[in-house]
Amino acid sequence: MSLLATGLSPVAVPLFAGLLDAPVGVAHYLVVGAILFTSGVVCMALKRNALGVLMGIELVLNGANVNFVAFSSPYLRGEGAASLGLDGQLIALFVILLAAAEAAVALAITLNFYNNHATVDIDRADDLKG
Amino acid sequence: MMSIMLASIVPMSGMLAALVGPWPVAAVNWHSVLFLLFAAVACACAVAVVLADNVVRMAFYLVLSLAATAGLFFLAGAEFVGAMQLMIYVGGTLVLLVFGVMLTAQSPFVAIKTSTSDRVLAGLVGAALLAVLLQAAFRVEPWRRPAMAAVAAPAATPIGMALLGVRVDEPAAGTPPAAVRSGYLLPFEIVSVHLLVVLVGAAYLARAKRRRTPRAIDVAASSVGPVVTAREAVRSSASALVSGGQR
Amino acid sequence: MADFLINTVGLPEWLAWTITAFVAAGLILNVIAGGALVFIWAERKIAARIQDRLGPTRTGGRFGWLQSLADGIKLLAKEDLMPEGADGMLFRLAPYISFCASFCAFIALPFAFDFVGQRLNVGVFFVVAVLGLEVFGVILAGYASASKWSLFGAMREAAQVVSYEVPLGMCVVVPVMLAGSMDLVTIAEKQSGWLSNWYLFHDPFTFVIFWVYVTCAVASVNRAPFDLAEAESELVAGFHTEYSGLRWSFFFMAEYGSMFLVSALAALLFLGGWNGPIPLATLLGLSEGTGDTANYFVRLIGCGNLLLKATLGVLLMMWVRWTLPRLRIDQVMATCLKYCTPIAAAMFAGAMLWQLAFPGGVVRGMSRPAGEIREGWLEGPGGLAVGRGLFQSKPVAVPPATGVPVGERQPPAVESPAVVQVGS
Repeated sequence: MSLLATGLSPVAVPLFAGLLDAPVGVAHYLVVGAILFTSGVVCMALKRNALGVLMGIELVLNGANVNFVAFSSPYLRGEGAASLGLDGQLIALFVILLAAAEAAVALAITLNFYNNHATVDIDRADDLKG
Repeated sequence: MMSIMLASIVPMSGMLAALVGPWPVAAVNWHSVLFLLFAAVACACAVAVVLADNVVRMAFYLVLSLAATAGLFFLAGAEFVGAMQLMIYVGGTLVLLVFGVMLTAQSPFVAIKTSTSDRVLAGLVGAALLAVLLQAAFRVEPWRRPAMAAVAAPAATPIGMALLGVRVDEPAAGTPPAAVRSGYLLPFEIVSVHLLVVLVGAAYLARAKRRRTPRAIDVAASSVGPVVTAREAVRSSASALVSGGQR
Repeated sequence: MADFLINTVGLPEWLAWTITAFVAAGLILNVIAGGALVFIWAERKIAARIQDRLGPTRTGGRFGWLQSLADGIKLLAKEDLMPEGADGMLFRLAPYISFCASFCAFIALPFAFDFVGQRLNVGVFFVVAVLGLEVFGVILAGYASASKWSLFGAMREAAQVVSYEVPLGMCVVVPVMLAGSMDLVTIAEKQSGWLSNWYLFHDPFTFVIFWVYVTCAVASVNRAPFDLAEAESELVAGFHTEYSGLRWSFFFMAEYGSMFLVSALAALLFLGGWNGPIPLATLLGLSEGTGDTANYFVRLIGCGNLLLKATLGVLLMMWVRWTLPRLRIDQVMATCLKYCTPIAAAMFAGAMLWQLAFPGGVVRGMSRPAGEIREGWLEGPGGLAVGRGLFQSKPVAVPPATGVPVGERQPPAVESPAVVQVGS
């Protein structure tokens, strides 16, 4: 393909070459997972709103789920390649369930905090500060 | 009449094809196109969650991002996980999150800004992490060059049977022949009890409490001047609606 | 159709597929839009007759056929308002989110044996999941309107829809259990034949579950008597108070689309889908193998059958709306948590026990036995032996570690009373 002649690095070529007509591999899913995970981490680090931090946690868990599903998919690998099979999908399932549980508890805590301190700004949670 | 119409379509389509011009590829792989679409939406909305200041908009972008992720799951053949993501994650967890946002999204808290130094630091950390992850993704050769395996679509029954402890699916390629594949009955039961515990715990945490001194939130409300914005009124009524008010 | 476009008309392949996709999507859109047009007229006529008056009688003849069209033109021509404190982007996007959720669920809904947008293995699950996403449009609309009436209506509706998803899910699981698959096409296929094959008449527990499903479905689409989100007499108009013109009409298309969807789902799960009370096709000697035209004709009749049943469901909802008084929010939540959920759970247990007790149907040979095992999974490499071992009373000996895979273990000699069936 003529894209090789454009001087893109050998790493980028498998990513961009023929994205429209070549099948998608596990690496493409891992890129999406990486972007989701990194956005989640930055969101957790950056946001002062407690609910913003919670959204970061959800993004992190979803990034991990994308990775699990990509590794378990029979379509994204070549013939006879090693894959997680059904285990990956089941792990992703359990991650979804546990994320729901954790979000419920985190929200209950946040609402309690809001009721007691009249703010959701986590920088104000410094009552125990020495 | 029909034949005249049909006969006229052919030259029209010729013109149309000429208009569209030389397409760079011979045949489009629709799986890849749809993957690009869903991946672009998921990544763009995830970045938008980080960049947005208004917490309600953040919640909205998060909903879009997770729904696009469900689409990615469907494309990878994990239909049950995709439907589960839509129903439980987007339809349950995020509704809960949006409820929480609505209850607390009052004027001072809708857009809390972080200092610039914090943002720079977080950006650096994020960039470093992303670089490491991307490098890992592209290092492994078999992950980059797939040949699309023609397999039968996975069904939901093996997942159900696995949750009962019986593995009926074909062993994944690359599994050693003597490997014992475990069922998932114990994790299933543990998660069920866990959800029950979380249900009770969250209900306990969010109960309406008998108070001798007013809540901080109500003190803050009463200290606002006579001009009470619509949102303040809404906030007090909405939290009264949900938590049963103070005693 | 794509093949026709590629071969006969000579379009490039990608363009042919794009056009085909648009045509398919357009067909589904027409079901919703055309349906909404008809249902709005029907609602006004039914409401009028129940209230002992006439309804629209002037536009388009004696029965006011064109009233919906006139309403549509009026809505299109209205001024596009937005309240001052409203969040612009969310206010504009909210109706489209609601409509998209309603529209996407039609992707997995089969209208006849092969008339389905995308035949999903988890069809039922997907439809119920996407139905639950409609609540986002409502919440965003309520919030973005910057009005306390809207926000109240939106919060109430969100609480209601999310709560009713639980008994709805339990009601939907019963036909899935009877059919052995979540695939809507399979569930409807298993009910082919005479009226007695319908799951509604399969056992008394399923009969009760059908009525619980009707209640939960009505609550889930916010129709009276559960319509406090749009309670005209209390909250002005609830979450869509500030919406006018085309945006408001999107909310209503979403509502009528959802009503049609849950009725079609009820028809597929309980009322035989596209199989009528009388198996016309088999009686006339037409079957899958008698050629393309006869095939297509049979499917067309089936599609019409399903549309008829779904329309009857929608008319039933309209009848109930104008007959019963509205419930308060605490009554709505009490109905869900104190009545619907326990009844659904008990009936589910009952249906399961009925399956155990009468696996082949109560009267053998008269009806098709429900619950035949699932796509041959237990005949797989590890399946049958392990499946029998699981339900057997004697402990199964662990095979020595000789490298023989688990699946090649000999099936144990003692057969358990088969909880799981293999064939009929």
